[in-house]
Amino acid sequence: MKEYAYYPGCSVEKMALSYHMSAMETTRALGIQLKELEDWNCCGTTAYFHVDQILSHALCARNLAIAEREKLDLVAVCAGCYKNLYFANAHLKNDPDLAEHVNVALSEDQLNFAGTIAVRHLIEVFIQDVGLEAIQAKVSHPLTGLHVAPYYGCQILRPRKDHEDVEQPRFFEDLLTAIGATAVEYPDRLRCCGSSLLLTSRPAALGMLRTLLQSAVDSGAAVIATACPLCQVNLECYQNQVNHEFGTDLSIPVLYFTQLVGLALGIPPDKLGIGKELVLPTPVLSSVGR
Amino acid sequence: MAERLSFSDEVSNLLYAAHGNPLTTCIQCGTCSGTCPVVPYMDHTPRRLIGMITAGLKEEVMASNTYWSCASCYHCNVRCPQGIDIAELMYALKRLSIWRAQHKEGLIGPVFSETFVKTIFKSGRSYEPVLATSYLFTFGVQEFLQEAQTATSLMLKGRLPVLPPRIKRLDNFGRMLRRIIPMGDAK
Ligand code: SF4
Ligand code: SF4
Repeated sequence: MKEYAYYPGCSVEKMALSYHMSAMETTRALGIQLKELEDWNCCGTTAYFHVDQILSHALCARNLAIAEREKLDLVAVCAGCYKNLYFANAHLKNDPDLAEHVNVALSEDQLNFAGTIAVRHLIEVFIQDVGLEAIQAKVSHPLTGLHVAPYYGCQILRPRKDHEDVEQPRFFEDLLTAIGATAVEYPDRLRCCGSSLLLTSRPAALGMLRTLLQSAVDSGAAVIATACPLCQVNLECYQNQVNHEFGTDLSIPVLYFTQLVGLALGIPPDKLGIGKELVLPTPVLSSVGR
Repeated sequence: MAERLSFSDEVSNLLYAAHGNPLTTCIQCGTCSGTCPVVPYMDHTPRRLIGMITAGLKEEVMASNTYWSCASCYHCNVRCPQGIDIAELMYALKRLSIWRAQHKEGLIGPVFSETFVKTIFKSGRSYEPVLATSYLFTFGVQEFLQEAQTATSLMLKGRLPVLPPRIKRLDNFGRMLRRIIPMGDAK
């Protein structure tokens, strides 16, 4: 059984508990093991970069060093955590002076960064390590007839890491197809949900959410699939406020890809944290006969 | 006597660790502004802001809401034909404005960032309810009520944390951070 160090991130403790639950259930069913990183700390999210770059690298480096001690690749479920950890790892590997500076600080916790592990996002592990065929082979409850809008958002794709296609990615669509669902095409799948602007520039964020939600609904989607807790909360929990602001009538459920995969694998909805939504995922459940 | 740095050089220095090309390579093509989802809410588009930096319009740039409106979505970055790290530029301007306490009045971003940093120093984790204090009280009655309603719904679904989380080796963690930023007695 392939093992990974698992970085839950601050939001899954409560706000996105269903992401955590469904990640645990589906990985087990797919034959991989996520081992929670010992005493992990906040990755710094986006707010930290405003204040100090080296500090934000040190925050990530502590998590990377703990994973190195375990000799396991580090898997994040939050797109923001993934981006921070991934680029801190890359920058520290490429910049020995920076790494030395950070290691002086890490020694206070008896840790050392050496750059020996890789940082992955869980959706990437599903697609590249488990493989679509292996997932498809385990599907017992295909989501036949369910129209899903795959929402990539930003930080899984951007900034660009290598030469990968950041303009026309297909992996999310492919994953949805593998579990029997129909992935709809809509123009805003790569567009930002507003992230923390919801707190700091509310009118901008509500406007961005409206555009995005409307684009998904207009494409005929019955549900939006995400791979990030911040996107999930923004897209789902602020629909009410969007409706209030713009006089719209939006009501589209937003689930994590792990919840959809879990349902297709026949895992009971409550074990996937389904039931904690503000917009009930009724169409999704009825597609698998629950 | 040391020569005075131009504003453009000052910003470039801030970007020394960024991986993009210098701002002077900007050809003002406007791809960034055409891509940016926040442009309708910015007082200057990203393209224009870069032009203003190169022209040395420091006061106008610092007074702009553009960089605090940036959502760090990196969409402009991946499309800029000149390979300029525009999102990092926005971060750099945020840092500069925090250092100089010179941001536009009424912006929530700076307070939010500072509250965030303090929360992490104290616990090693981020915690929604403490962060909320940095923006909730700046909201009007309407927004406040809507935000409270969303929070109540989330709480009823068991999605809001009640107790602040903490990491175990907090002492080591605090010493580690102080090796990088001396924070005085803040604990
Ligand atoms: S896309 Fe790049 S080159 Fe074009 S205006 Fe924006 S920063 Fe300048
Ligand atoms: S990173 Fe900032 S400036 Fe660039 S497109 Fe996104 S929001 Fe606009």
